[in-house]
Amino acid sequence: MARTLWRRPGRMVPSLLRSLFRHPATTRYPFVKWVMPADFRARPVVHTENCIGCKMCVRNCPSGAIEIEPVGEKRFEARIDLGRCVYCGRCAEVCPKKTIELTKDFELAALDRKTLKVVYDAPPPPAAAANPEAGPERDAGG
Amino acid sequence: MPDKKRTVRVPIGPQHPALKEPESFMVDLQGEKITSVALRLGYNHRGIEKGCEERTYMQDLYLVERVCGICSHSHATAFVQAVEEIAGLEIPRRAKYIRTLIAELERVHSHLLWLGVAGHEIGFDTLLMYSWRDRELVMDLFAELTGNRVNYAMNTLGGVRRDIAAEQFPHILKIVDALEERTKYYIELAMTEETLAQRLSGVGRLSKEDAVRLGAVGPTARASGADRDTRRDDPYAAYDELEFRVITDDRCDVFGRAVVRLGELMQSYSLIRQILKQMPEGPIAVKAPLKIPAGEAVSRYEAPRGEDVHYVRANGTDKPERVKVRAPTLANTQSIAKMLEDGYLADLPIVVAAIDPCFSCTDRTIAVRGGRDSKTMGWEELVQYGVRWYRERGVDPSRIKVRGDESA
Repeated sequence: MARTLWRRPGRMVPSLLRSLFRHPATTRYPFVKWVMPADFRARPVVHTENCIGCKMCVRNCPSGAIEIEPVGEKRFEARIDLGRCVYCGRCAEVCPKKTIELTKDFELAALDRKTLKVVYDAPPPPAAAANPEAGPERDAGG
Repeated sequence: MPDKKRTVRVPIGPQHPALKEPESFMVDLQGEKITSVALRLGYNHRGIEKGCEERTYMQDLYLVERVCGICSHSHATAFVQAVEEIAGLEIPRRAKYIRTLIAELERVHSHLLWLGVAGHEIGFDTLLMYSWRDRELVMDLFAELTGNRVNYAMNTLGGVRRDIAAEQFPHILKIVDALEERTKYYIELAMTEETLAQRLSGVGRLSKEDAVRLGAVGPTARASGADRDTRRDDPYAAYDELEFRVITDDRCDVFGRAVVRLGELMQSYSLIRQILKQMPEGPIAVKAPLKIPAGEAVSRYEAPRGEDVHYVRANGTDKPERVKVRAPTLANTQSIAKMLEDGYLADLPIVVAAIDPCFSCTDRTIAVRGGRDSKTMGWEELVQYGVRWYRERGVDPSRIKVRGDESA
């Protein structure tokens, strides 16, 4: 140890001086957007128009964050609690119709847990606009 | 004069300025010198092991990954290796290489993080800023390769979830080159800069005999000259096909632990280069069954902090019957008390930080032996106790269904 006492004191000074003229390592974050790489796993989005209601995502979710509710014939509404979601992407992996997609939108902070519960509405009834009599009611009658 | 009456007991923690995690140290002081230390764990118990029994193997993977934030890949791999052993799955070679690559990148980011924390504990915050700035390179690389900065979710039963394309190799190599240059600078700095050497030498001594006797693991053991590394002693993943040196040091103090970790960083860079060079082609996963046949397995894994042990018992269903995690910090906590003895109170933060503790990973339920009103109860007895407890308070629990009643 004694030999280190007189050798090169202030070993870090050149590096410190160099840092004075470097760009800062930090960014002005909220003002300069930070973009995550393409395959980043963040906010899950459900494209409900392809959903077949098999509930594979519900069964496989490690944290029980997904709910799939039927709202009509072959129409399903998806609810994801982003506060419970662990962003593992397992739901997107097991979905047979590739309905769920993990986007790279990572800015999900909220002041209220309730706002983290996201509802993806079911698609409109397929023939509702063209033929008002088509839909669940007709099936119930017939 | 050592006088029993002059001994002052100072409680440090659970909340204290030394570490970010709650842990209680009861320190007996004589003047400035520590005569004995009593540790108490258990402030961060999260019930992960029990939680694992309620979830399927696939769900457990993501739960186990969250045992530790820094060594998330370590815990996930240790768990998945145990399950694969029970199920008799042979994972593809490419998957083994990818697992090893992530493991070594994780070691790089963990050791750089430790270097910064150690610098911070001794008041050398410049080192903290520098090493954490460099660590960002690895974190960004993780975001790119795995899709997350911390919980990589790279493992799946029977392989890995994401492939690493050949186009990404040059980028990884570029980052490894940049980090290697920085690490060389830190090594030179540690060896010649008197601030580090003077502050860390002779602090937190742990002899080789004590390290072995107290079951120290990882860099803590290796810095005391105990030559043990699971990667070499019990190779898993692709380590049997890769060349590396186990770094040991005989300084037996905090400085030695810093030297070992810096040396391991250099070994990790060499390992990453070898992995990228030898990465075989082929599939990245085999199909795994949902139900795992009955059996049990113990899996060992060299996490950045030391040997991580997972025990899994399967009972033929899709949920494990028992999962037991032995985090590296649990093995090293015994040696903290030994290191602190006869040291100064002011050295406590750096000595504790030198084992790279992760107390949340370590915490399990604790049983207070011989305490007042302490009693061991079976499930039936506990139910009866609960029913009585509520009835005394005017609540009728007879309509509440409990698990034991369902079959009756």
